[in-house]
Amino acid sequence: MRRVLAAIDRDARARILATLARRFGDLDLAEDATQDAFAQAITSWPHTGVPESPEAWLKTAAKRKALDVVRRESVLAQKLARLRIEQERAPAPDRLGDPADATAVQAVPDERLALFFACAHPAMSIEDRVALTLRFVAGLTTAEVAHALLVPVTTMQQRIVRAKKRIRTLGVPLEVPPREQLPARLAEVQRVVYLLYAEGFARSVGEAHVRDDLTTEAIRLARVLRALVGGEACVQAASSELTGLLALLLLTEARRPARVNGSEGQPVPLAAQDRQLWNREFIVEGLALAEAAAGAPGAGPYAIQAAIAAVHAEAESFAQTDWKQIAVLYGLLEAHEPGPVVRLGRAVALGRAHGPAVGRRLLDSLAGDPALARFRPFHIARAVTLEELADYSGAAAAYRLALAIPGNEAEDGYLAAALDGILGELRG
Amino acid sequence: MKYALLLMGHVNDPACGEEGGASPEEFFAFDQEITAAGVVVSSFALEDPDQAVTVGSNAQGERIVSSGPFAEVQEFVGGGYIIDVANIDEAIQWARKSPASAAGGHVEIRPVAPY
Repeated sequence: MRRVLAAIDRDARARILATLARRFGDLDLAEDATQDAFAQAITSWPHTGVPESPEAWLKTAAKRKALDVVRRESVLAQKLARLRIEQERAPAPDRLGDPADATAVQAVPDERLALFFACAHPAMSIEDRVALTLRFVAGLTTAEVAHALLVPVTTMQQRIVRAKKRIRTLGVPLEVPPREQLPARLAEVQRVVYLLYAEGFARSVGEAHVRDDLTTEAIRLARVLRALVGGEACVQAASSELTGLLALLLLTEARRPARVNGSEGQPVPLAAQDRQLWNREFIVEGLALAEAAAGAPGAGPYAIQAAIAAVHAEAESFAQTDWKQIAVLYGLLEAHEPGPVVRLGRAVALGRAHGPAVGRRLLDSLAGDPALARFRPFHIARAVTLEELADYSGAAAAYRLALAIPGNEAEDGYLAAALDGILGELRG
Repeated sequence: MKYALLLMGHVNDPACGEEGGASPEEFFAFDQEITAAGVVVSSFALEDPDQAVTVGSNAQGERIVSSGPFAEVQEFVGGGYIIDVANIDEAIQWARKSPASAAGGHVEIRPVAPY
């Protein structure tokens, strides 16, 4: 019996929570009722037997628990009346009968999209958005969220309690936004998923260079989001970007096995990666999705970044990479999202396509940008380019600049080793 | 839910009607639109902050009346609305439409506490 309950994965739990949150407009009530329904299952299933659809049973039980609370608490009842869901209570809730009767409902609708929008609401801080999305959409426990975001559990408990209070006080709707707001709001949701992945992919602090659980979680959320939005016919234009985001994450994740050096956990640059280690399954899926995203109307920054990742994924080796194509794609990306990091990507690609002398000229032209001066990859790109031009003292200076910027320890080790190599060249 | 839309200005930015600032006509048009939508509970517009009179207390707890705003304010409330709408998204939509959120100003949205 506990085995059955354990098999009700956190996706199902999150779906139940989402349905209740949307119906009752209250996250706390939804959480408590879901919890109570699981508790009821533990006591009643041994006598009644496990229902045919445990998820449907739990959802019905949770709804009844929530309605009980609503009937008891007049404050909530007033709130619900305002939300015009009184009609839902009208057909005598008692006639819901025993939740076990509800097993006829086989297909349980997934209403997590509304929660996605609420958790990634622009009225919330970005830290809150990331934590809430992991907690309520991904269905992680508070302790798991704390672990994934490298925050003490008590800190995360407080953050989530405060964030839930803010959702309630501000009146953040637990609903899918109206059509005219959808594109902008969807971009916010995608940003949270992307941030989760990026945070897991390269930790800016801490020991581990890569956080498996967070990147896996982000890909899972990107899949859920794409599937959920796919069901909403009104957002066709946005779907190419959702496809692009998933493709980008898969193609980036595919390189992960080759990205760190086993024993030391040091990062391996793209040029030195063993491409045999790349995850073929992710590449095949990612390439197909990237192609679909690029061909669809409304292709934007994620579709373009997925296309760049696809060019890398298709290349036999670093040297055989179609750098001209990558430079063109960075040019397209710059039209959507102008910024120093995109210009850096384009400069590196052009340098690869036309030689290190061109690369140095382009990189030096970006040197005045204060954001890039604080950006490790910029100094690393300059160091590598100068090294290729046999300007070892310039390369050593660039590595030192990179090391002066705070980063994770694994990367520090890698940069220190690279600097040692250059100093060896200088002595030799 | 009820929200206050506080239409904020900054002393260094052009005032309403000045070159570069929102024109009174824009504010009138917005007022007509939001009133016609039936969401306004109450609204007000304020004279400039230099017209303020401040009542406070000194160290002995005695009430003190002084001319001008409290301390040197940089940002000030120029006017406001109390609106009754379904949720924060609708409040944000009205704040977006307000000329007060154009360059040189901003609108602070605060939920009204249910006391």
